[in-house]
Amino acid sequence: MTDETTHALDHADFGLKQSKITNVVDSNELERDAGGKPLHTFPHPALAFTPEDLPKGENFLKPHRVVLILVAAALIVAVALLMRWDWLPRYLPRLGWGILVSIAMLFSTSILGFLFAVPLGLVQVTGPWYLKGLAKIFCTIIRGTPLLLQLWLLYYGLGSLFPQFPAIRHSFLWPYLREAWPYGVAALTISFAAYEGEVMRGAFAGVPAGELEAARAYGMSRWTMFRRIWLPRAIHRALPTLNGETVLQLKSTPLVATITVVDVYAVISKVRQETYLTYEPLLLLALIYLCLTGILVVAFRYFENRIPTRGA
Amino acid sequence: MAADSIINWSLLSLSAPGWGGVLLQGFLHSIQIAVGGYALGLLLGVGGAFGKLYGGPVTRDLLECYTTIVRAVPELVLILLLYYAGTDLLNQLLGAVGFGTVDISGLMAGIFVIGVVQGAYSTEVLRGAIKAVPAGQIEAARAYGMSPGKVLRRVTLPAMLPYAIPGLANLWLIATKDTALLAVVGFSELTLVTRQAAGATKAYLLFFCAAGALYLALTLVSNVFIGALERHARRGFVEQR
Repeated sequence: MTDETTHALDHADFGLKQSKITNVVDSNELERDAGGKPLHTFPHPALAFTPEDLPKGENFLKPHRVVLILVAAALIVAVALLMRWDWLPRYLPRLGWGILVSIAMLFSTSILGFLFAVPLGLVQVTGPWYLKGLAKIFCTIIRGTPLLLQLWLLYYGLGSLFPQFPAIRHSFLWPYLREAWPYGVAALTISFAAYEGEVMRGAFAGVPAGELEAARAYGMSRWTMFRRIWLPRAIHRALPTLNGETVLQLKSTPLVATITVVDVYAVISKVRQETYLTYEPLLLLALIYLCLTGILVVAFRYFENRIPTRGA
Repeated sequence: MAADSIINWSLLSLSAPGWGGVLLQGFLHSIQIAVGGYALGLLLGVGGAFGKLYGGPVTRDLLECYTTIVRAVPELVLILLLYYAGTDLLNQLLGAVGFGTVDISGLMAGIFVIGVVQGAYSTEVLRGAIKAVPAGQIEAARAYGMSPGKVLRRVTLPAMLPYAIPGLANLWLIATKDTALLAVVGFSELTLVTRQAAGATKAYLLFFCAAGALYLALTLVSNVFIGALERHARRGFVEQR
């Protein structure tokens, strides 16, 4: 069996997704159940956090680590004492609000994007050729261009087009379309859907045919089979990748600050403009994102442990 | 008259009234940064991967911090931090040595920034790929009496290539798209140039779509090369579909 060297990379597909080789390359992404087809995943496990990245409890405190931690603590104290932090209390409420906006952006776009990703993945596996082609083109275009460009295209491009149509200007949507955040949500949702659609395609294709045949043999209708077997099994298979994608999505959210949405990044930019400080706000911002990523990873690890896997 | 149609294509013409030449110039800048940053990232990645696999415990932990921080903090924030801190540190360093300050070109700063980010990712990709090389092959090379450098050059690096290329291909595509983020710090690469052109002419959709087509073309052309490279690296492997 040459399974170890199996290579299922589909070149028409950008090389953006991972092949079976991932499983050899990084044990982080080991498939949860044996015998299935390779789970095509993007991003590469190296690109995003997986719950396994967190340090394990046992044997964590070795002598050299104690020294390193002490050095890090000294560094943090030096940063706290030697740099200017007097602006912090003044901006704290705004920072809190910015963090909330970032988190809201993350969750709304991830959930919406996932809802789009399920049909995108599904039609690429079973759909008629034209839907397959459309989904393929959509994923290719979105994954082939930078998110920042898409965001600016929506905000500046469509944003400048909409006011020309009186029908839109007088519709109930206009108060929202005048704001910046709908464009940010739209761009982030589209991007998440395209990347996750590709993952879901692999996950749908990877559900063992025998399970679907068993469902059919039980007399389930197509919809029941989809709802009870196919979708849950696909989500289960895509879950580890979903975690990584969500962390990547968190890392994309600060882009919305470039179209005047006031998230935590925008608040920090404001601080930098008003206080003329270069490093302190940016260091704080990096720390905030580190904490957010850490919380996200821990939360996902908790949920993943709650899902029963074979042998567990 | 071109101006009468809905889309004014003359805006994209290469000579002065059109912005096509400017756009292509920005595209060239983007490619330069992507290539430079990717090369720097590969260097850092090879070093980092070997440090993580064969280095001492302190090296390993420090590298773990590097990759963890880069993977957890948004690229945009890292770019800002490195862009300001990197140039500042270099100037201070040069000042300490006695050279006086230098003006760091945007191109160099961009390559440095993208390189540091890519370095963390490629460290992980290469580490995994080296781990996937059967230990027997490396042991055999050692048994033949090859020096560590020779083992690296003749066995480890070529043997890990087929495992690393899918990940490295991803990284290249990410590098090309990450260059767009440099628009935020004001480096005139494709995205920023596009925004300026669009702002000046008010033809937002036209220019953003043109830039998107350029990025997409870069990705698609890259894919052709990546496919060829991969077939070359995988020759001798059993093909299975």
